[in-house]
Amino acid sequence: MASALRAVLLLYRRDLLLAFRRREQVLQPVVFFVMVTTLFPLALSPELAQLRQIAGGVLWVAALLASLLALEYLFRADHEDGTLEQLLLSGQPLVLLAAARTAAHWTISGLPLVVASPVLAVTLGVPAPALWTVAISLALGTGILSALGSVGAALTVGVRRGGTLLSLLVLPLAMPALIFGARAVALAIDGGGARGPLLLLAALCVLALTLAPFATAAALRISAE
Amino acid sequence: MDRTWLHKLASPPHFYRIAGRLAPWLGWPALALILIGLYGGLVLAPADHQQGEGFRILYVHAPSAWLSMLVYATLALASGIGLIWRIKLAHAVALAAAPIGAWFTFVALATGSLWGKPMWGTWWVWDARLTAELILLFLYLGFLALHGAIDDTGRADRAAAVLALVGVINLPVIHYSVYWWNTLHQGATITKLGKPSITFDMLWPLLVMLTGFTLCFAALLTRRVQAEILRRERDAAWLRAELAR
Repeated sequence: MASALRAVLLLYRRDLLLAFRRREQVLQPVVFFVMVTTLFPLALSPELAQLRQIAGGVLWVAALLASLLALEYLFRADHEDGTLEQLLLSGQPLVLLAAARTAAHWTISGLPLVVASPVLAVTLGVPAPALWTVAISLALGTGILSALGSVGAALTVGVRRGGTLLSLLVLPLAMPALIFGARAVALAIDGGGARGPLLLLAALCVLALTLAPFATAAALRISAE
Repeated sequence: MDRTWLHKLASPPHFYRIAGRLAPWLGWPALALILIGLYGGLVLAPADHQQGEGFRILYVHAPSAWLSMLVYATLALASGIGLIWRIKLAHAVALAAAPIGAWFTFVALATGSLWGKPMWGTWWVWDARLTAELILLFLYLGFLALHGAIDDTGRADRAAAVLALVGVINLPVIHYSVYWWNTLHQGATITKLGKPSITFDMLWPLLVMLTGFTLCFAALLTRRVQAEILRRERDAAWLRAELAR
C-alpha cells in the first residue's frame, strides 16, 4: 500500500512537472475561458444589468468547454510514447494511478479556471458577495468534469479525431453539474442562498470522484490492448 | 441447477438458430397488437374532454418513450454481462439494440414535439422530461459513435460497454437534476397503479400498444442480432454449414 501511495505521488508530481515545462498547456484553457467569456458581452450587450442575468450560465459553459479542451491530451502523449503501457505493467493499482492522473489534470486545467473565474465574474457585473459561490461552484464543477472526462479520454485514447468524439461522450454526462452549478451562481447573484445547489454539486463531485477512476482504469486496460 | 442451456444460448450458432425460430413468433403478434391498438386508440377511444382529438398521439408517444428507456436498460444489461463474463454475444446484443433505442427516442421526441404544438403552443419547450429524453438520445449517439470510431470489434465492444455502464449510472442523476430544473410535462399516466388517471376506454388501447411496441422491439432485436452474428462470424465454418442447409 505504501508503494502504491508513493507511485501515486510520483505520478502526480511528474504530470505537474511535465505541464510546467510546457507552459502553454496550462495557459491555453484559461485563455480560451477568458476569450469565450469576452464573446458574450460583444455579442449580446455591454450593459452590466443584462450581463448579470446570464453571468452564471456564461461562466459555466465557458469553463466547461475550456476544461474539455485540455482533456484530449490527458492520456494521448503517454499512449504515443509507451508510458501508458509501463503504467499498466507497473503492478500498481491502476485505479489509484487513474485517480492521480485525474487530480493532476484538475490541478493543471481546472484550478487556473477557478482562480480566473472571480475576475471574469466581476467584468460580467456579478456582485462581490456572489464571487465566492462562483469560485466554489466552479471548483466542484471542474472536478466533476475532470473525473468524467478522464473516463472519456481513456476510452478515446487510441481513436483518430478523438476530440469531437470526446465532447460527444462527456458533455451529456456533465449536464447535471451544469444545471446545479449555473443555478447556484444565479441564486447567489440574486442574493438568495446558494447552499442547496452547491451541496448537490458537492454530492455529484464526490460520486464522480469515487466511481470514475474505476471506469477510467477499465477503459485504459481496454484501450491499451 | 443445470445451466448448460445458458452456455448454449451464449454461443453464436445456437443463438442464431433460436433467434431465427423466435423472430416470427414475436414479429407477427407485434404487428397484430399494434394494428389493434391503433384502431382502438384512433377510432374507438373517446376524444379527451380537454385536449380533444389531439391526445391520440399519446398512443405512439408513450410506448416510444417507454421503449427508449427499456432499450437503454437492455443495452446496459447486455454490456454488463459482456464485460463481466466476457460473452461476445452480449456485446452483439448491445450493439444491435442501440440504433433501435435511438430511433424510439427520436420518435418519442418527434411525437412529443407534434403533441406540444397544439397543447402548449410551441414545438419545443425546455421541459424536464423532454430534456432528459434529449440527453438520452445523446447517450445513444455517443455509444454508437464510440463503437464506430474503434476499428477492432472486440475493443470497440468493450469500450462502448464501459460507456454504457457509466451512462446508466448517470441516468438517474440526469433524470432528477433535469426534473428539479424545470417541469411542465404532465405527470405519468399509468404509473399510478390501481387508480389510473384515464378511463378504461382510453387505457386499453394504450396497454395494447405498449405490449405491441415491446414485442416489436424484441422482434427487431432478434433479427438485428442475427445480422450482427452474420457480420461477425462471416468466416466461421458453422455459418457456411448453416446457410447451406
